[in-house]
This record gives sequence, C-alpha cells and structure tokens, in this order.
Amino acid sequence: MTQSNAAPDVAAGRLSDEEYARNFADLHPLLDPHEARVEADRCYFCHDAPCMQACPTSIDIPQFIRQISTGNPTGSAKTIYDQNILGGMCARVCPTETLCEQSCVREVAEGKPVKIGQLQRYATDHYMSTNDKTPYTRKAASSKRVAVVGAGPAGLACAHALAVEGHDIDLYDARAKAGGLNEFGIAAYKSVDNFAAREVDFILSIGGITLKAGQKLGTDIHLADLRSQYDAIFLSIGLGGVNDLGLENEAKDGVLNAVDYISELRQAKDLSSLPVGKRVVVIGGGMTAVDIAVQSRLLGAEDVTIAYRRGQDRMNASEYEQHLAQTNGVKILTWAQPKGLVAQNGHISGIELEKTRETGGALKGTGETVTLPADMVFKAVGQTLVPAVLNGSGPAPQIEKGRIVVDADRKTSLDDVWAGGDCVLGGEDLTVAAVEDGKIAAAAIHRALSA
Amino acid sequence: MADLRTNFVGIKSPNPFWLASAPPTDKAYNVVRAFQAGWGGVVWKTLGEDPPVVNVNGPRYGAIHGKDRHLIGFNNIELITDRPLEVNLQEIKQVKRDWKDRALVVSLMVPCEEKNWIDILKKVEDTEADGVELNFGCPHGMSERGMGSAVGQVPEYIEMVTRWCKQHTRMPVIVKLTPNITDIRKPAQAANAGGADAVSLINTINSIVGVDLDAMAPTPTIDGKGAHGGYCGPAVKPIALNMVAEIARDPVTHGLPISGIGGVTTWRDAAEFMALGAGTVQVCTAAMTYGFKVVQDMIEGLSDWMDSSGYTSIDQFVGKAVPNCSDWQHLNLNYIAKAKIDQDLCIKCGRCHIACEDTSHQAITSMFNGERHFEVIDEECVGCNLCVSVCPVENCITMEAMEAGSIDPRTGKKVDPTYANWTTHPNNPMAVTEAAE
Ligand SMILES: Cc1cc2nc3c(=O)[nH]c(=O)nc-3n(C[C@H](O)[C@H](O)[C@H](O)COP(=O)(O)OP(=O)(O)OC[C@H]3O[C@@H](n4cnc5c(N)ncnc54)[C@H](O)[C@@H]3O)c2cc1C
Ligand SMILES: Cc1cc2nc3c(=O)[nH]c(=O)nc-3n(C[C@H](O)[C@H](O)[C@H](O)COP(=O)(O)O)c2cc1C
Ligand code: SF4
Ligand code: SF4
Ligand code: SF4
Repeated sequence: MTQSNAAPDVAAGRLSDEEYARNFADLHPLLDPHEARVEADRCYFCHDAPCMQACPTSIDIPQFIRQISTGNPTGSAKTIYDQNILGGMCARVCPTETLCEQSCVREVAEGKPVKIGQLQRYATDHYMSTNDKTPYTRKAASSKRVAVVGAGPAGLACAHALAVEGHDIDLYDARAKAGGLNEFGIAAYKSVDNFAAREVDFILSIGGITLKAGQKLGTDIHLADLRSQYDAIFLSIGLGGVNDLGLENEAKDGVLNAVDYISELRQAKDLSSLPVGKRVVVIGGGMTAVDIAVQSRLLGAEDVTIAYRRGQDRMNASEYEQHLAQTNGVKILTWAQPKGLVAQNGHISGIELEKTRETGGALKGTGETVTLPADMVFKAVGQTLVPAVLNGSGPAPQIEKGRIVVDADRKTSLDDVWAGGDCVLGGEDLTVAAVEDGKIAAAAIHRALSA
Repeated sequence: MADLRTNFVGIKSPNPFWLASAPPTDKAYNVVRAFQAGWGGVVWKTLGEDPPVVNVNGPRYGAIHGKDRHLIGFNNIELITDRPLEVNLQEIKQVKRDWKDRALVVSLMVPCEEKNWIDILKKVEDTEADGVELNFGCPHGMSERGMGSAVGQVPEYIEMVTRWCKQHTRMPVIVKLTPNITDIRKPAQAANAGGADAVSLINTINSIVGVDLDAMAPTPTIDGKGAHGGYCGPAVKPIALNMVAEIARDPVTHGLPISGIGGVTTWRDAAEFMALGAGTVQVCTAAMTYGFKVVQDMIEGLSDWMDSSGYTSIDQFVGKAVPNCSDWQHLNLNYIAKAKIDQDLCIKCGRCHIACEDTSHQAITSMFNGERHFEVIDEECVGCNLCVSVCPVENCITMEAMEAGSIDPRTGKKVDPTYANWTTHPNNPMAVTEAAE
C-alpha cells in the first residue's frame, strides 16, 4: 500500500486570499450591454422556436432576446418571469448545453448557439438591479391558505404563483434559510454575490408568503396537521438523504457526503477556513460529483479524481460539466467502482477501486483493483427522499421507487396534497424542472381552490 | 491585371475611385494622405467665397448603427469649406503639382450671379486643377442662402449656371445633383442643356437621423435643438443607384458621363454603379468610417473581378446593365418562378414560413408528418421572393423559373413561352390591343 506512513494531509488555507477570490469568481461574468446587443442580434427570432420547446418552463426565448435587442431589458425580464420566476437562477445553473442551447438552430447549423442563458441572466440581472419587487401584483385576497413545505426552487415557484392568485401561503423549511439547493447546493462559482438569497427576497416581495424557517416536516410540523389547517399542501422537500457506499470504514474521518461539504462551502464566510484534502477522490458521475471535484481543486486540493463506475458518456453530468472538471485539472477515472476504504489511525488514507465492465447491460467487477491514496473521499452517489417525514398520524402520499408519485398536475395520491421538484417520481433533478413542477402544481391548486 | 485607368471627360486617373467633395478632401494634408493610399482622384471640399462659412461648434454628425455598431447610415450638418479661399487655392495648386497622375477636381458653390462664377472659375484655373464640380446639392445651411440644393432643385438655375461656367472656363464642368427632388431626370436634363460635361450624384438626402427621446429633440442635438442634415453611407446606395440608372436610361441624357456617388463602400458597390453607367465613383462615408486604406481592396477587388469576368478595361462594362433596366410595365408577365428550399441548407428557423404565412401567400409549410419541416407549396407560391429575403441562410431558398410548357400548379395554366407585359394585358383598362388600334 502506498503512502502507508504518511499522515493525512487535510488543511485549510491552502491558497492566498486573491487565489480564493479568483477561483470562486463568477463562472460566466455578466455580459455588458454591447455584448448583449450583439449576442441578441444573433437570434433569428424563430417561428415556433425549438429553443423554447426545449426549455422545461417554456420561456418565450425569441421574444425576450428580441426585447434585449430593442433596448427593452425590463420587458425582456418580464417575459422570462412570466414563465419562470426563478429565471435569474436558472440563467446561472441550467445546463443550457443540453436544454435550450442544444436545440437552438444556430447550434444545429454552426455549433455556436445563441447564448440564451447569458442573455437571460443579462435581462434578469438588469431587472433585479433596477427593481426591488417582482413585476406582479397580487389579485384580490381569496382567503384560501396553502402550506408549501420546502423552500427550494419548486416551493418558491409554487408559492409565488399562488400568491399572485391572491392566496395566502405559509412557506415552511427545515433549514434556517430559504432557497434549498440554490442556497446550499449549487456550485459557488455559479451563484456569486449571494444571489440565491437575493432571489428569495425578490420572490417573497410579492407579499402573501410567510416564510416559516426552521420548521421540519415530521419533527416540528406534521402532514396530517397541515392538511387539517390548510386548503392545500405542496410538498417540495427535495432529497434529504444521501446514498451510502456500503463499505467498511465509511464512518472514518475524511469520508464525507459531497452535498454536506458543499453546503458548508456555500455558507462559509471565509473560504480559507475550509479544510480540504491534498488528495481527493470523488465517487459518482453526476453534477454533484463534478461540483465537489471542481470546488476541491479550487480550494487548493492538488490531486482530484472522480471515479465513476461506467463510461464517460453515461455520466449524468453534461459534457460541458465534464469539460469544466477537466479544464480545472480534475481526473476522471471511468469503469471503476469503490471496493474498499483504507483507513489509518481513524482517518481515511486511500480507496480501493475495482475495474468494471458492462456485459449485456449488467455491470460487473472484473476483479482487477487499484488503490488510490486519498486524504478525503467524497460520496456523490445520489440523494434520497426520506419518506419517514411524510408519516404521522394520517395517511402518507403514495411512494414508488423512493419518490412521491404525482400525476400530470403534480397531485399526489392524497386529494389536497401536491408535490414537485426532486422529491417526486420522474423528476429530472434540475432547478428548472423543479420550477416547472411548482408552476404546474400552483396552477392546479389554484383551479382546485377556485372550483 | 485589368487596366483600371479612367479617362472621365478628359480627366485622367489611375483608377476610378475618387474621394467625394467632403471632409476627406478638405485640406492638402488629407488629400496627400489619400493619394499616398492609392485614391485615383479627389473632388476638393467645396470652395465658396470669402469670408468663409462657419460650422457649428457642437456635433455635426449622426449615424444609424447595426447592433455591432456597424455604421449603416451617416448624417451631417457640415457646410462647405470653412477655410479661407486663398489657403485652399494654394494647397490645390501645390497638390496638383506634386500629384500629376491623379485627378483633382474642385467643387464650387457661390451665389447665383454670373460675375461670382467668373471670378471663382478664374482662380481655380490658376491652380491647374483638372476640372470643376458645381455643388448644387448641399441640402442644409447653404440652401437657406440660395445656394446648394436651392439651385439644384430648380432646373432653370442649373442650366443657367452650367452655361455660365461652360462659357467662362476651359475646364471640364461636372454638375453635382441633389437627390432631394421628385424626378432626377429633370436636373440632369438641365445640366445637359447647359452644356455640362458630366453629372455626379448623389449628394446627401435630407434627413433626421434620430430623435433623442429624453431631450425630445432631433439628433445630433446642439444646445437642445437639432436641424435636418444630409444622409449618406451604405443606406443610400439603392437610391443613388436608381437615380444613376434613370439618367443613364433617359433618351435625353443617355451617354452623358456620370460620376456615381452614394454609399460606395466596396469594389462591388463601385462595379454596380459603373454597370449602371458611372464612369467613376466617388466615396465619402466609407473613407470617413474606415480611413483611406479602404481604397486598396476597392482597387484589387475590382481588378480581380474584371479579370475573372474577362474585362480588360473599365469602359468594357460601364453602362452594361443599362439596357436591362426596364420599367415595371415592360416586365414579362409570362415568366413564372417558384421558391425552392434546399433542405440540406435549411436550419429550420421557420422565418420563411411565418413571413409567408402572416404577410404573404401561405405557401410554406411548418410541419410535415408531425416533424418541423419547411417546404414551399407550389400551389400557393406566387414567387414573390419574400422568403428568400428573410431566410438567414444564403442561397438556402432560391427562385426557380418554371419551364415553358409546364403547368403552374397555382393557376393550373401552362407556362407561356412568349413574352407579354402589362401594356397588352387584358386586365389593363388602357391595354393596347390590336382591335383597339
Ligand atoms: C451539488 C448539487 C449541484 C447541483 N447543480 C445543479 C445545477 O448546476 N443546475 C441544475 O439545474 N440543477 C442542479 N442541481 C439540482 C438542483 O439543485 C435540484 O434539482 C433542485 O434544487 C430541486 O429543487 P427542489 O425545490 O425540489 O428541492 P431543494 O432545492 O432540495 O429544496 C428542498 C427544500 O426543502 C427543505 N426540506 C427538506 N426536507 C424538509 C422537511 N422535512 N421539512 C421541511 N423542509 C424540508 C430543504 O431544506 C430545502 O430547502 C444540483 C444539485 C446538487 C445536489
Ligand atoms: C460631412 C460631409 C460633408 C460633405 N460636404 C460636402 C461638400 O462640401 N460638397 C459636396 O459636394 N458634397 C458634400 N458632401 C456629400 C458627399 O460628397 C457625398 O455626395 C455624399 O456623402 C454621398 O456619398 P457617400 O455615401 O460615399 O458618403 C458631404 C458629405 C459629408 C458626409
Ligand atoms: S432557436 Fe436560437 S436562433 Fe432560434 S429563437 Fe431560439 S435562440 Fe433564437
Ligand atoms: S416566394 Fe413568396 S409566395 Fe412563394 S413561398 Fe416565398 S414568400 Fe411565399
Ligand atoms: S428561413 Fe431558410 S433556414 Fe429558416 S426555415 Fe426557412 S428555408 Fe429554412
């Protein structure tokens, strides 16, 4: 075993202040007005635009781009918000390369799509820097009350849309801060300058939404009580649990859940106080794996490897994200699954990986192993719903494959309970998909409450 | 390498690219730099009588831009030269002495009295300049003093002044026309009647380039107010081309030498003016936008094009498109074309569809078998060329002529091989029919 006598090298403050600042600066800085006009001019204002069809929230992309082009960025932002009140965050975090920009006719024609995401950011940033409220006014009070549980993108979108319709919303969240993974999960360089929190304020500015932070479903509040107190419930609790590797030594120091570490990173006032390993191994192949790998590098880790059990084309992280990892010096090791964790003196010191092969769709270990020295091992092998929080004195919504089952209206098996975002079956684990769920559910709830 | 030398009403230049009378030709310093860069000739910035005019001391230019600040149209409220006459004359003399092979024409504008013209012509002759251009075109400032376009809009004045000039100088006289008039043929005929050696056109077009919506005033704004100016640059080229063609086609002025001006920015623009009858072209805005270097590609591009088209000298193609300039009533109504979309080039933006659907003839599909697919419906297509104009992909949609004898699916009628135009069409109440004759 290599490095057997070396003490684990986990340290904070690996970089200078300037290096931290540079590493965690905006991934795509805001376009300046001229750049935006030139980029907007590239859009053909397509009929029945393919980009718009590819947007999960169906933003009228040609229209908002045209509004930038005509010098009406405020109108442009309104066009965006009409379909997606979290248009600002989506502009930052959407994997546009697999959504709107993939379908842009200019991507198809010349491999250079219109930079829809960056233009969306231009318009929404303009709006937020010149207005302190959402562009909507509430309709007359309906005297209906809705509980939204989980203040991530799904819950925020749902609450805003219901507030516009005149309903009163209590927005519960287990955490002390609203925003969900926007606040605690998204890579730091995608959402700089406290944007997630500013967007929450922007959304709440509609009025009629009471944020009840630090209220955890299953502990502080219970579904059955909520159902008796409110006219409708929307569950948007995301995925609170994480998958384990199921290996010995998993509880040893240095083995961490990627999402927990990222959440700490996102909340850190001072990045130099965050300890990071010199050699880091990440297990997983999705967005979370890439994010933790890249951010470890940016915190000063010298040697970061993502180990994924299948081929690179099967990684859930988009090609762009994989590229981002590689340009940040992250190694991607494919066809390798974790077999054992090596620990010394209570701390992790390495990870044993077994080569894999796929035969007839089934993944099998080949028996061949390699051991990588590691001061930190991050688990990014998926999050899970914690169904227990839904239980209580009354009936719980139907669960299948570990997710809440919903119909096309995002209604659960319970008549007055809707759900959306990561916690539902068929969810796409994307911010924008969560927003769309919230929007659809809000419309359905409003119909039910108006019936 | 084709021979680009031109002999325009006896004025020789190594190439047909002249700088128009404007700021680029206002002083010896600029003109020398222009000649060094390769310009074939210049028309010196318009001279007037002393005391010289003054210009505004605030902004005198305005522009229309594309999204990337590409200059599309240019507007100015500058007057003729604001330097003393004697200074200009001395510089002209010196420059001509130093640059014998280049054309040096002097633009003039003085009050409408014979004596004033006699005086100035005499002074210009002393410089040994190659010719004079009578500026009957300036649309602002000078016209309010009874000069410039105030003369250019009255054919009788044009004829009179031209005649004086022809009487009192041996130099060739070019009359520069204003486009601010309904029928350009009238001033051209007047210049011709007065004995002009050539006309040059166009001068700038009356324009307000924009309105400042905060100040609620036209731009450029000078202390809260704006005045109309003269428009030029790429945007005016189509207007200028038409006016040149009108004069070239008019039986009265056919053959009268023309120096083409208005939006010439590339060698191709120049070739187009020349095909419509211009023996030389003059350039102002392109030089003011990019500097004098633009002439290099004008020269090279024109020469390469001539080589590839088999022309060895300028006069072989000057005016060659004039016989094909027709009037609407003489266009062949039996000619039928249909739009055709090259599916390999099509990027499926749908612009052709929505343009035809909303504003034309509902002749392009948007779906076929549930797929996004754009194809022309021949039964509906009237061949208007709108789709070609709006398609972002060059040559993706083409207009294909239908073969004589085939059936036009729109009308169900055979494509007639004969030529027939509106003058004989049955729907024309004034049709010339054999019976009526
Ligand atoms: C590390 C990481 C990076 C990601 N990067 C991207 C990206 O770049 N682009 C992208 O589109 N998507 C990304 N995603 C996915 C995206 O963040 C999620 O799909 C999205 O946030 C889901 O929204 P949601 O509202 O369903 O849930 P969440 O954002 O998870 O919000 C759920 C909320 O519910 C609260 N909650 C949970 N349990 C309870 C309870 N019992 N009681 C009360 N409140 C509770 C939580 O505190 C949280 O505020 C990423 C995810 C992760 C983990
Ligand atoms: C700033 C400016 C000043 C001009 N001054 C004169 C002038 O003094 N005399 C003249 O005959 N034309 C003048 N013109 C008109 C130009 O000579 C030319 O006819 C016109 O600009 C069209 O050509 P273009 O499109 O290449 O600019 C001026 C044009 C500009 C832009
Ligand atoms: S597909 Fe591309 S070009 Fe067309 S409207 Fe969308 S962004 Fe514009
Ligand atoms: S040529 Fe005109 S009528 Fe024919 S398809 Fe194109 S736009 Fe429609
Ligand atoms: S405008 Fe051109 S590229 Fe666009 S759909 Fe029509 S034919 Fe295709």
